[in-house]
Amino acid sequence: MRCDYACGTADHGIARRQFLGGLAAGSAAGIVGGLGTLTQPAAAKELATSQKRVLLFFMSGGLSQLESWDPKPKTDTGGPFRAIPTSVPGTHISELLPLTAQQMHHLAIVRSVNTKENEHSKGRFMMECGRRQMAGAKYPHIGAVAAKALAPENATLPGHIHITPGGSGGRSDNAAYLGPKYASIILGNGKPPQNSARAAELTVDADSRRNAFRRQLNNRFTARRKTAETDVYTYNYEQAQQLMRQGEVFDVSKEPAADHERYGKHAFGKHCLLARRLLENGITFVQVSHSNYDTHNENFNFHLEQVSEFDRSFSAIVNDLAVRGMLESTLIVVMSEFGRTPRINSRYGRDHWGKAWSVVLGGGRIHPGAVYGATNKNGTAVSDKEVDHGELFHTYLQAVGLDSTQSFHVGGREMPMADPAVSAIDELLV
Amino acid sequence: MAADPKQTHVATQWKHDSRFICCRFDPQGRYVFAGAEDYAIHRFEVDTGIKVTLPEHDCWVRAFAFTPDGETMISAGSDGQLVWWPVAEAQPKPQRTVAAHDGWIRALAVSPDGKILASGGNDNRLKLWNIADGTLIHESPPHDSNVYSTFFHPGGEFVLSGTLLGAVKQWEVGTGKLVREFDAKTLHTYNGGQAVDYGGIRSMALSPDGQYFACGGLHKASNPLGAVNEPLVELFEWESQKKKVSQISDGKKGIIWRVVYHPDAFLIGGCGGSGGGLLFFWKPDQDKPFHTVKLPDTVRDMDLHPDGLRIATAHYDRHIRISSMTPKA
Repeated sequence: MRCDYACGTADHGIARRQFLGGLAAGSAAGIVGGLGTLTQPAAAKELATSQKRVLLFFMSGGLSQLESWDPKPKTDTGGPFRAIPTSVPGTHISELLPLTAQQMHHLAIVRSVNTKENEHSKGRFMMECGRRQMAGAKYPHIGAVAAKALAPENATLPGHIHITPGGSGGRSDNAAYLGPKYASIILGNGKPPQNSARAAELTVDADSRRNAFRRQLNNRFTARRKTAETDVYTYNYEQAQQLMRQGEVFDVSKEPAADHERYGKHAFGKHCLLARRLLENGITFVQVSHSNYDTHNENFNFHLEQVSEFDRSFSAIVNDLAVRGMLESTLIVVMSEFGRTPRINSRYGRDHWGKAWSVVLGGGRIHPGAVYGATNKNGTAVSDKEVDHGELFHTYLQAVGLDSTQSFHVGGREMPMADPAVSAIDELLV
Repeated sequence: MAADPKQTHVATQWKHDSRFICCRFDPQGRYVFAGAEDYAIHRFEVDTGIKVTLPEHDCWVRAFAFTPDGETMISAGSDGQLVWWPVAEAQPKPQRTVAAHDGWIRALAVSPDGKILASGGNDNRLKLWNIADGTLIHESPPHDSNVYSTFFHPGGEFVLSGTLLGAVKQWEVGTGKLVREFDAKTLHTYNGGQAVDYGGIRSMALSPDGQYFACGGLHKASNPLGAVNEPLVELFEWESQKKKVSQISDGKKGIIWRVVYHPDAFLIGGCGGSGGGLLFFWKPDQDKPFHTVKLPDTVRDMDLHPDGLRIATAHYDRHIRISSMTPKA
């Protein structure tokens, strides 16, 4: 593919329609293409201090809304857990989230999600990409969109990071037409990016000479055959060099022992602390996965284990972002591929349920303390203000100051940032 | 009449409008008490099936225990409270409520002399209570995980606790001192891919001659979230603590929710799960059951009537079933 997106102009990567729609509106400004795309250095500096970020928690397998954000105690579907009050008067959540309950004044619950999808991979795609998965069509992950639209063009660290409980690392294929530059780098089990430390047998001097030679060859080749792929290769090498120089950013052991204790010494606690460290070091998008909620069997025992673990670490990072003044610039999202059936099965399990479940948001322009939408008495259907993945996707983008109705300009085509058939949930935004 | 497990058949069943969780006969054999997903306790008269619903709990009820005289029943569940009830009143009302555990109470047992109640729960504690006044006698140090089961040795000197992670601890009742531990970790699985602990000591029982100690649960948990596992009873020699035999199920799927020794020394296991509802009957020295009964729906709890002939089972399909180990009438 010919590389025509890096045209050298200030507004490359921005569609013909004006993308910086809300720049004059201060913190709600729309920023696409990264701060490097701004022609006014003063504006870039001002925006750098309020660099928008996204922290996404993916509850792999399908978190039960009834054992988390939308409890229905004392109903035929409610299960054994009770509802507890939160820091928002009148709002109750599951007793499995006692620490998060104290942070709910920073967060908003959307209780009326209906994605009509009960299959894991399709549900995940919808929630992460804001569109329904279709053969032959690829859409970028929310993290790729955020990295493309929010990360400074000259960022020295990757803008799109996934921290997962397992896996070996590497780069994903989830940026679609935005290009592999914006695909996620996976920190498997919270480990630094693969091969990010200089091999012991390679001296600094030899490494430097090797890289100089590589640059020389790259420059010669690029002068005649510049393509999107060669650009990405070059970018990745240069970013890797920068990343290797900043290896401590990925070293969560540098965080205070008291914080490790507070977040929990399990893997998820460590991953949340790493997420905080990455966000503080300018990473634009960090996704932390927590597993596993696909509880067809013993739903209550397993949610007790998993949600209790989540509660401690999640509440700690929400509190820390608030205390450090980062919530205004950091959107928090807690999502799954779907919820779980209100009906309790014969094995005390719950199955897949995309018809009526919950997502939690916070930070950025999200209305703190809001509860949006509702389900009926026993949680079997949405009873008020139904929303879907597409509307949520618009809302995420607008919560970090982007005009989600605009498009990326890719290969001469306008690619809408979010599904043009739907729009953001305005009531959730301030 | 002697019990004949090979004649076991469902003799009676009572339908309710909510799924059942647990069941127990009272020591006099007059009633079956059952906890259901409707947060209530239901008392069925064994001879007539007449049902009385006790005033609603604030939680799912998961456990019952009775004083040996059959006059008092104590219930507990996911609200962490113990509730005392008069067993035979026309409409029982709570006599005493005690806030006992932080989180669920999963198991109860009463000492042979009827004076002490043992409770175990999600705060990882075993607690001993004075049944006469509801006061706390002793609280164990924290276990390694949730306490799933409790059991009083018939001699009254020891009480045992079994956990999710497969630890079985034997405590001296008089002093609260830990005496010894049985290694039943084969009844626990940690699945790293799913990041869950699964299994646990779901039930304990001692053979009538005091020789064998049975711990029921599950093994072969290749997919805990999907209920791919098999029932298992680990049988130990009580004195030596050596494992006598692993009592298995010929590949059937499920969890042993309860084990009870029959006075004739065979072990009954109530099993439910993806394999449906099953009753297993094992002899102490054999690994495979000498008889298996398939019930109409998955089992969540089981109890043996004091007459030694009838078995009550609590079912997901909203039935309490009474099976009889006698020829069909």
